[in-house]
Amino acid sequence: MVATILEKIDQEQRKDKNIPDFRVGDSVKVHVRIREGEKERIQVFSGTVIARDGKKGNETFTVRRISYGEGVERIFPIYSPNVDKIEIERSGDPRRAKLYYLRGRTGKKTKIKERAAKEASADSNA
Amino acid sequence: MQGIIGRKIGMTQVFDDEGRQVPVTVLEVGPCVVVQRKRQATDGYEAVQVGFIDQKKQRLSKAALTRFEKAGVAPKRELHEFVVDASSELKEGDEVKADFFDGTEFVDVSGVTKGRGFQGVVRRYRMGGGLSTHGSMSHRRIGSIGQNTSPARVFKGKKLPGQMGNVNRTQLNLKVIQVRADDNAILVRGAVPGPNGGLVVVRKSVKKAAKAS
Repeated sequence: MVATILEKIDQEQRKDKNIPDFRVGDSVKVHVRIREGEKERIQVFSGTVIARDGKKGNETFTVRRISYGEGVERIFPIYSPNVDKIEIERSGDPRRAKLYYLRGRTGKKTKIKERAAKEASADSNA
Repeated sequence: MQGIIGRKIGMTQVFDDEGRQVPVTVLEVGPCVVVQRKRQATDGYEAVQVGFIDQKKQRLSKAALTRFEKAGVAPKRELHEFVVDASSELKEGDEVKADFFDGTEFVDVSGVTKGRGFQGVVRRYRMGGGLSTHGSMSHRRIGSIGQNTSPARVFKGKKLPGQMGNVNRTQLNLKVIQVRADDNAILVRGAVPGPNGGLVVVRKSVKKAAKAS
């Protein structure tokens, strides 16, 4: 009884959300809703997912990209209403759960091995 | 009636209209049943006594049980009194539920804080403590507690080690984020005294209510 109300609230927070099955190492495009006064627009932040943290309605993911030669990281709550859409550009096959080692690297060294297409589709079916 | 008895369920977080994450405490409020209506004529003041959470019959004394029978309500574990106007129409057997907070913007929540036992001053009052090294032997000690021959005593209210927690505390002006009539629960922003499952008294905010009207 006690746990169910919390569970219900969590479910409510997460419904109406179509989250693709993306993993650490994937290159993604995150469509972010930005409100400027009255107007609302969508901005795309694309980069590599270097971490997924938390669970249930509190889950977040970190996207890293190089912007004008400067490394930029943004942390998004997965179920935030401000995250409009997440598109997977390319699936990676990293050997770590958290890719913090990318922070010290640039160029070719930031490349992540691609996950085989067959494996990727098998995962999404599972 | 200003308040209602409730239970702290636990904390979680919800997204608000602007997409911000808001930390909330879920409180189960009621249903509370009026067990006794106290009148100026008979009791010298106007109040309602409400009960919360059912209690098994065999756990109550005959005297206590009779009180509930007289009011025609199921035996309750927790009782609390709230002052009401003489004109209040609440009577024995009436139920008060979460919809009591419909339209309420701020609430005060009282409860018994988690007991921390006998604690030193570093934990209890966040004092700095002494040096860790350099030959210091006063690591977590309190230091000086006063002056010398004048005043020749320790001032009252001096912060010293002692029991921490397990006292009644009221958290004022917590914003009501959501009223869930179906679950008999409300969501308030921020933390509330006591452990999960602990008993709390939730009342409409005393200080902010005046401002709103």
